[in-house]
Parts: sequence; structure tokens; C-alpha cells
Amino acid sequence: MATLKEVKTKIAGVKKTKQITKAMNMVAASKLRGAQSKMESFRPYAGKFAEVLGSLAGSAAEDASPLLVSRDEVKKINVVLCTSDRGLCGGFNANLLDKAARLQKAKAAEGIEVSFTAFGKKGRDWCKKSNFPIVDAYIGVVGGTFDFSIATASGRKLIKAFEDGEFDEVHVIYSEFIGMARQIPVVRQLLPIPPLAKEPDFEEIEEIGKESHVEHICEPSADALMGELLPKNICIQIYSGLLETSTSEHAARMAAMDNASKACDDMIGNLTLAYNKARQAAITAELMDIVGGAEALKG
Amino acid sequence: MAGNILLEVVTPDRAVVSEEVQIVVAPGLVGEFGVLPGHTPFLASLKPGVLRYKGSGGEERIFVSSGFAETLPNKVTVLVDAAERKVDIDVARAKAAMERAQKRLAGQAAEKETIDAARARAALERAFYRLRLAQS
Repeated sequence: MATLKEVKTKIAGVKKTKQITKAMNMVAASKLRGAQSKMESFRPYAGKFAEVLGSLAGSAAEDASPLLVSRDEVKKINVVLCTSDRGLCGGFNANLLDKAARLQKAKAAEGIEVSFTAFGKKGRDWCKKSNFPIVDAYIGVVGGTFDFSIATASGRKLIKAFEDGEFDEVHVIYSEFIGMARQIPVVRQLLPIPPLAKEPDFEEIEEIGKESHVEHICEPSADALMGELLPKNICIQIYSGLLETSTSEHAARMAAMDNASKACDDMIGNLTLAYNKARQAAITAELMDIVGGAEALKG
Repeated sequence: MAGNILLEVVTPDRAVVSEEVQIVVAPGLVGEFGVLPGHTPFLASLKPGVLRYKGSGGEERIFVSSGFAETLPNKVTVLVDAAERKVDIDVARAKAAMERAQKRLAGQAAEKETIDAARARAALERAFYRLRLAQS
């Protein structure tokens, strides 16, 4: 049985912890709002961009850009891994890293070399610990304030490395923000650009008939435009991945801190009960002593 | 409305303009082009410059950096890295960028075209149009 003083100190400690977790919850909540509004303001751009790209995809040549051509032999791939810089956000990073580990394992089994581009400290540290080669690491991006230029910078580097044959494929792992309570890690192929965007577009055109298919006049040529749009598309995907991860991180931290605050409440309740019990026991024991003493005097 | 075009200027951070206008003049890569209602579908690459349009509030000018414009008979969508109205332009920053770019260009040998030089020239172009619009 713990002494009264010990229990009291413990209660004070848990209360302090609760204050911290509560504050972190509120900080995460306000950061989440910022990240979410940033994500929402980016959506129209990304949406319009996809629209333009889709309408152009029909008129440009199949191999307008080397970024579209998939390689026969895939030997080296790069994975852009988006994680957070800081912990205390539940299973958020663990889920992302688990996904990365599985991808790495699957590719390594096929004899493919996997290297990483890490966004976020957790991902970088994980790569270091597991001895996976890191091509680039960006710290202080996810969860903080960042703009499109960081995505452009890393996107350009990746495209150049892909063109130079340093990698045969580039994938990205990020956490998709589905809702407050749901963030799931996803893997997407960045390079070579998967031809998915084209096919449904074609079918649609055929279904609706030729009249609705808008043939754009392009300036400069469609192929030249495609050559400019495609690299940009990579940057857009990286940026949106970063935004999603950022938003997810704050949401995950909010949930984790909410749980922690609740756990603190439970603990305080239990400890208070123990404290009261111990106090009562002490009083009872004291009373017994007094009564015993009085009885002895009477006798 | 038949006589109007819907102009939308969108950057990664926000939608800068979204309104019904009568005419749009945009800085295309191969030359400036104007769009009136009923234009044929047209896709153009943009270079940094000043985009002009005439809406309900008279003629407006905004700075746009490089990007794309998709023109449809009743709609113009401009996708650019940055777009700023005259009042939003950070003059001090643009001036600093201009000086920096000039210094970098001056340090380069003329016959050696490097990526840095191209970048500096692009930065110079952006700063130039920003300042020109801000001071007009």
C-alpha cells in the first residue's frame, strides 16, 4: 500500500501531464485548421491542372515525354517517404514506415535496389537505422509552413535523376487524409507517369461522341506543352502528398492527445480513490488506537 | 451570360481571380494574346508578365508568373505559380530579387550558359514585371 504522500505526488504529476497533453491537443487542432485550409485552397489548382492535362493527353503523342516511357528493366527505384518530424501522434509514423518497409521488402525480393528521399525526421531516422540509402532528406517541412517551391525543388531533382537513369521508377508514400479519425498510408507511382489519366478520358470521349471532344489549338505545340506540364504534374503530386501528410499528422496528433488526456482523467480518478481509501484507513487506525487507549484507562 | 467569359486565375495557394469579364489579354510564351467571348479552344504556355482583363470594375492588371492558360469559348483558366494584384506586390522583395539576379548574371561569363544563369534570368524577369506593375 502506497503511503498518502506518494499517492498525492503521483496525482499532481498526472495532472501536470494532462495539462501538457491538453495543450498539445489544442495546438494540433489550430495547426490542423491551417493545414486543412491550405489543402483546400490547393485543390482547385490541382483539379484544374488535371483537367487541362487530361484534355491534352488525347492530342499529344504517346511518347511525347521521356517521363511517360516505362523502362523494360527496373533495377533501381526511389521512394519519396513523407513522415512527420515529431512524434507523439499515435500510430501515424508507424503506419507510414510499415508501408515503406513492406514496399522495400517486396522490391528487394525482386532484386531491385531501393533508395529513399525522406521528408520528415522520422522517416530519415528510420532509413538511417535500417541502413537504407537516403538520396535526400528534407527536415522541417511536414507539419510546418512550406510552399510550392519545396515540391518544385525536390520534384526537379527527382526528374533529373530519373532522366539520367539513376532511378528507373519513383514512388511516393504519404498519408492520405480521409477524415479526422482516418488517415491511411498510400503508395503512388510518380515516375514513369502511369498512363491511367489517359484511358478513362478516351472512353469518355468515345461514349459521348466526337462533338464534345475539344481539340485545343496549342501554343507552342502539344508535345512541347506536354513536356512542360508533365514535370509540373510531378511537383503537384509531391506537394499534395506533403499537404495531405501534414494535415494527417495534425489530425493524428489531436486524436492521440485526446486519448492521452482521457487516460489521464481515468488515472486521476483511480488515484484519488486510492488516496481516499488510504486516508480513511489511516483515520480508522487512529480511531482504533484512541478507543483502545480510552478503554485501557477506564479499566 | 453570352457576352462574357469566366476568368479564373488559380495558384497553388489560392484562387486569385474568379469573375465574369469581357476581355482577357495574357502574356503567352510566343507572344501576347487576347481572348474575347467565343474563342476557339486554345491552350497556351505563359511567361511572366502582366495579365489584363476588363470586368465589371473596369480594367484590371495582375502580375502572373509562368504557367498555362486554357481557353474555352466561355471560360479562361489560368494556372500559374504566382499571381498578385498590384496592391499585393511586395516591392521591397521584388527589388531585392532583381538586384540579386543582376549581380548573379553579371558574375557569369556570357558564353557559358548554365542553369544558374537561366534561373537568374527567370528571376530577373519576374521581378521586372512585378516592379513595372507596382510602379505603373
